[in-house]
Amino acid sequence: MHQEPRDNQLNVEPLRAQEVREQWKLLSLASPALLVIVAIILIPVTWLFYLSFVGGDGQFSLEHYRKMIEYKSYSRTFITTFKVSILTTLICILIGYPLAYFLALLPQRLAGLFMLAVLLPFWTSLLVRTYAWLVLLQRKGILNDFAMQIGLWDSPVKLVHNMTGTLIGMAHIMLPFLVLPLYSAMKKIERDMMHAASNLGASPTYAFWKVYFPLSLSGLVAGSLIVFVLCLGFYVTPAVLGGGRVVMVSTQITAILENQFNWGAASALGVVLLLATLLILYLASRLFKLDAVLFGKD
Amino acid sequence: MKQFAKSTLKVPSVLLVAGMTFTAGAALAEPITVVSWGGSYGAAQDAALFNDASKNSGIEITRESGASMSKTCLQVESGAVTWDLVVTGSGGAASAAAKGCLEKIDYSVVDVSDFYDNLYTDYCVGSDVFATVMSWNTDKYGEPGSPGAPQSWADFWDVEKFPGTRAYRANNVDGALEPALMADGVPADQVYEVLSTEEGMKRAINKIRELKPHIAVFWDSGAMQAQLMKDGEVDMSTGWNGRFDNAKKDGAKVGYTFDQALLDYDCFAMPKGAPNKDVAMKFLAEVSKPEYQANLPFHITYGPTNKKAYELTTAPKELIESLPSHPNNVPKMLPVSLDWYAKNRTKALELYMELLSE
Repeated sequence: MHQEPRDNQLNVEPLRAQEVREQWKLLSLASPALLVIVAIILIPVTWLFYLSFVGGDGQFSLEHYRKMIEYKSYSRTFITTFKVSILTTLICILIGYPLAYFLALLPQRLAGLFMLAVLLPFWTSLLVRTYAWLVLLQRKGILNDFAMQIGLWDSPVKLVHNMTGTLIGMAHIMLPFLVLPLYSAMKKIERDMMHAASNLGASPTYAFWKVYFPLSLSGLVAGSLIVFVLCLGFYVTPAVLGGGRVVMVSTQITAILENQFNWGAASALGVVLLLATLLILYLASRLFKLDAVLFGKD
Repeated sequence: MKQFAKSTLKVPSVLLVAGMTFTAGAALAEPITVVSWGGSYGAAQDAALFNDASKNSGIEITRESGASMSKTCLQVESGAVTWDLVVTGSGGAASAAAKGCLEKIDYSVVDVSDFYDNLYTDYCVGSDVFATVMSWNTDKYGEPGSPGAPQSWADFWDVEKFPGTRAYRANNVDGALEPALMADGVPADQVYEVLSTEEGMKRAINKIRELKPHIAVFWDSGAMQAQLMKDGEVDMSTGWNGRFDNAKKDGAKVGYTFDQALLDYDCFAMPKGAPNKDVAMKFLAEVSKPEYQANLPFHITYGPTNKKAYELTTAPKELIESLPSHPNNVPKMLPVSLDWYAKNRTKALELYMELLSE
């Protein structure tokens, strides 16, 4: 009995050496990918930082950042961007969690069929789906026509070219990004855990919140983060369904580039959005164990 | 073995032919790259201008789509210019010229003696004239010119007399402030004077803010203007006359007026350091001739910039009279001031974005 820990102790050195060797091997295997990442992500982002500090006269300047404080439109577009991202994520959670739960409960073959329903729109062009929503939701669109015919409402309801339309479209497009990681986390939860809980006297609701939900949380956090971060930089859907009333950071970057050719100002917006995103990821990592969520570590 | 000999023989002959065409091409000129916009606009230019001008001048062209002054400036700034002639709005050309992205037009090569005075600048040559007009749903407010139909920007703003929704420009201030001032009672010829101060710009912005609750959609392309009117999504919209004519051809219930409209033009500009500057200048001289412009109205209802095109065209009278640059229509409109845009565009755009983000 007392010898076992000593045996383990003895193995520590060779085991550690092996681990280090393995890590180097993995790193060298990953090096081409890392090089690509440096080339296509780090260098352009550094360039972006540099551009944001170059003024109209080509000298170092903080004018782009000063402008972002001076004009309220910049802070407003940031607020709109975060509002759209947060609301979209919440809607996705509200719809996606029950959906993933339902899928995880189904037998494999049926689950595959329903999963197809989630994935099929995912494989359809983003533009097509966005314009499809426009056709459905507009003033003389299918939904308004139908609702007025059956007497749900008398005059057309404004469903698109505003925040409502943007959120409907965004939630539809983002849903698979939440459902997929959530579903895979739920599939890993042993059914027996729930049985054990009820065996010990927990009601189904109590067992769900005490056992199932915490175990599915890693998938939920991963999915929500992916959705949230994707929303931050989203362009097409808010531009089309927002009708110019939902001005996101991406919209403003386009406006600045297309109409002012001002790379510095556009870069400054990009830099602030990037930093805000990193800050949120950092805060999230303090709240949740992101390592566990994103890299599957314990 | 035989086959091998055959194939080795073939290679040099192919090289030879390739070499010959290459040297022959270089001796004449390599094709110049002409960049326009997609859709019916570019197609109309191909049919009316580019194809015939290329054939008659012997200058070979490569046609590309996706013209944009920001891409032009990017090419110039990065020292990798591949475009020779680029289509642009007049305001875009003025901004790009101010940033030093454009080559000066050589007017000893390009003949503009028959052009309208304000349709060419040092850096761009007008290709067609269009108008930013107010359009409306004719089922709702009546055919243009009929009693009770909207006539002025004041009517566009009058949601009591003309109840309904409006559409206005998104993310770009070009042509957005002038209508607001006219609706506020400023005579057309004083609009740019009033706009030259910050108070004047704010006056226009406040007027748009007044209408904003009724602006259901902000459009950001010509295609969107047409679509909004076609779908009946809004009852009145600002926009470009040619787009509304196309929508009408497609069955949209849409009409517009040239009264108080903004007279503007598209033009050809040359990126600074264009690879085939001299040949491109000659091609620009060719497409600017009236005989090509005379064909343009058949393909899109934008008017010629060369006065002589009106004498040469075989287009029917009604079509000619419906063009924005027709002498009957020009006096009704306010010509867009490029000077004002060159000086104030950046400031005006900041103020307008401020309003849009509210």
